[in-house]
Amino acid sequence: MSRSRIAEAFADGPAFIPYLAAGDPDTESTKEYVRALVRGGADVIELGLPFSEPIAEGSTIQNAIVRSLEGGMTPESYFELVDDLDVEVPVVCMTYYNLIYRYGASEAARTSDGSGAADEEGPEPFVRRAAEVGIDGFVVPDLPAEESDPLREACDEHGLDLIFIVAPTTRGERLERIMEQVSGYVYVQARLGTTGARTDVSDQTDASLGRLREWDVPKAVGFGISEREHAERIVAGGADGIIVGSALVDIVAEGTSADSRTGSDDVAEGDTEEETVAERLERKARELKEGALEGFEQRRPRPERP
Amino acid sequence: MSTDAKFGRYGGQYVPEALMPAIEELEDAYRRYVLENEEGFMDDFRDRLRDFGGRPTPLQHAEGLSERYDTEVYLKREDLLHGGAHKLNNALGQALLARYMGKERIIAETGAGQHGTATAMACAHLGIDCEIYMGERDINRQRPNVFRMRLNGAEVNPVSVGRGTLKEAISETMRDWATSVEDTHYVIGSVVGPHPFPRMVRDFQAVIGEEARAQIEEKTGRMPDSVLACAGGGSNTMGAFHSFVEDEDVDLYAVEAGGSSLEVDEEGGVAPNSASLSTGSEGVLHGARTRLLQDAHGQIMESHSISSGLDYAGVGPELAHLVDERRVVPTNVDDDAALEAFHRLSQLEGIIPALETAHAFAYLEREHESLGDVVVVNVSGRGDKDLESVIEETAEREIEGAPDMDVFSGGL
Repeated sequence: MSRSRIAEAFADGPAFIPYLAAGDPDTESTKEYVRALVRGGADVIELGLPFSEPIAEGSTIQNAIVRSLEGGMTPESYFELVDDLDVEVPVVCMTYYNLIYRYGASEAARTSDGSGAADEEGPEPFVRRAAEVGIDGFVVPDLPAEESDPLREACDEHGLDLIFIVAPTTRGERLERIMEQVSGYVYVQARLGTTGARTDVSDQTDASLGRLREWDVPKAVGFGISEREHAERIVAGGADGIIVGSALVDIVAEGTSADSRTGSDDVAEGDTEEETVAERLERKARELKEGALEGFEQRRPRPERP
Repeated sequence: MSTDAKFGRYGGQYVPEALMPAIEELEDAYRRYVLENEEGFMDDFRDRLRDFGGRPTPLQHAEGLSERYDTEVYLKREDLLHGGAHKLNNALGQALLARYMGKERIIAETGAGQHGTATAMACAHLGIDCEIYMGERDINRQRPNVFRMRLNGAEVNPVSVGRGTLKEAISETMRDWATSVEDTHYVIGSVVGPHPFPRMVRDFQAVIGEEARAQIEEKTGRMPDSVLACAGGGSNTMGAFHSFVEDEDVDLYAVEAGGSSLEVDEEGGVAPNSASLSTGSEGVLHGARTRLLQDAHGQIMESHSISSGLDYAGVGPELAHLVDERRVVPTNVDDDAALEAFHRLSQLEGIIPALETAHAFAYLEREHESLGDVVVVNVSGRGDKDLESVIEETAEREIEGAPDMDVFSGGL
């Protein structure tokens, strides 16, 4: 079997995987920000399609989702955004199952009588459209392995990866079930709770990575990574990639509230007054990517301790 | 899988992976303690429902209503249960289960505050720490219940996201649970959420219909022609209906909140009602596939009802299934009719019902001619908590026979 574009992104060292909520605060900005992240070293982009009830997200991403929905983001405008992106790196769509499940029904509703039963369509129309615009895979935080068969089948049919999350609480049979279903990479949740930047990185990460050591799919760690040192430590600890969302969405949020200018007295270290949101994102991306590479270097020699 | 996670096409377990192990643990506990009565759990539960809760609640013949409609109307008086609503049946069951499972902390969401109150009471009774999430808007609408929760020692956490009602409170409680899942049990307040909650909550509430079925048989020597219950998430509905589902001659009516209109504002993402059985479509929310109020893209709509307890964009998956099977008739009445029914029942029977419950009585008023000779209405709760909003809402309308509450202001 040939390797997917996503798996390929892990081939030459640790992958840096940034997340942004599409349409936060508008589609043009998102395109600009994604390009900035790619310049900063992104290997895969996770692009959130906002859902009104994001139960797995902390307040940073929840607020981004509100901004995006208020800006009028829909599944179709999301697909058009991705179609326009014109970046070389693979794109992963992160969203909640209702939007995937309803897409066919709402398409049917737009073209026929209006009621549209989702069951007749299932997730296939959404996946087909995603494949058309060049999306490479999905992360669906409210879809555990138990409920994922229809989406898995549609992904297989169109050649997309389906990425699953492994939580610190995931053990035993559940791990096996996920291992059978996952492709692309496995999303290792660094700690319990919701998404959100933290100042430390949990020990739960090491335990989770330990449980997955034998899996032959790349392991990317997310939840709480916000600093270069986190990236370094996590990759040094055995991760094949890092996923960073809230720390980047924070930059977008500050730009939104300050109207792209640093208006506050509390200017972050290294900031210049003229730096745009895109420039800050690019710089943050570079910092995190360098941290990951540094961690990878530390892993190479594996010095024996006496 | 030890118990079936689906009701036809509905139900399932659509939750973040971090919660799945806890849900499997709960499923195991549900099977052992509730279904198999391990360690005498169900006996303990029934004893507590009787001695602490005050069960069985009576099935009362309603003389005023029977005369008005020329139909024998019987009231299942869940408003007389300790705490003033059917919610204690489930809250006590789950809090006790949490104790059998060795969980140290309970969290719950609440809309009208009835479930939060019942959970706080059950936790105080059993000596377990308790935190309740409640939408800010609901906190303002239901202040007496906020005080009651705090009096029972629970912490009340306001939720200000979105419109600050039940939908947001459920999402926020799920977020807490994702962080605290190892020592915390989430007491879901209705027959919604991921499996096994819809089944387990129904089993705890089924005592309503079990009693009603035996009581109507004893009083009339026959089965009722119709059973009526209001439906938000659907816990009192499923509780009242469950024992009658096999009795195919008994018609079952789930009365939803028609709000101010059944029309939907797609642009604004607002449904001015909470009638997800009557007007919703199939989708996935808060852990289950069910019927929902959603826009053409699958975004969940803000719902509306004069009663906080019905103000929810989803409904229990089993109820959705029974509607598809044509076993339950979904219907709805609007805010005005519910408020009128509130005053009517208060005056005609001396029972001040919850605004939620008043919806069932509004349907009785409108459709009594087609409901048969013997009708059971589930009085899911009492209206003390609603007095402030009832006075406010009544002042905005002309309701026949309603007292003018302004007459005494400053006049005593």
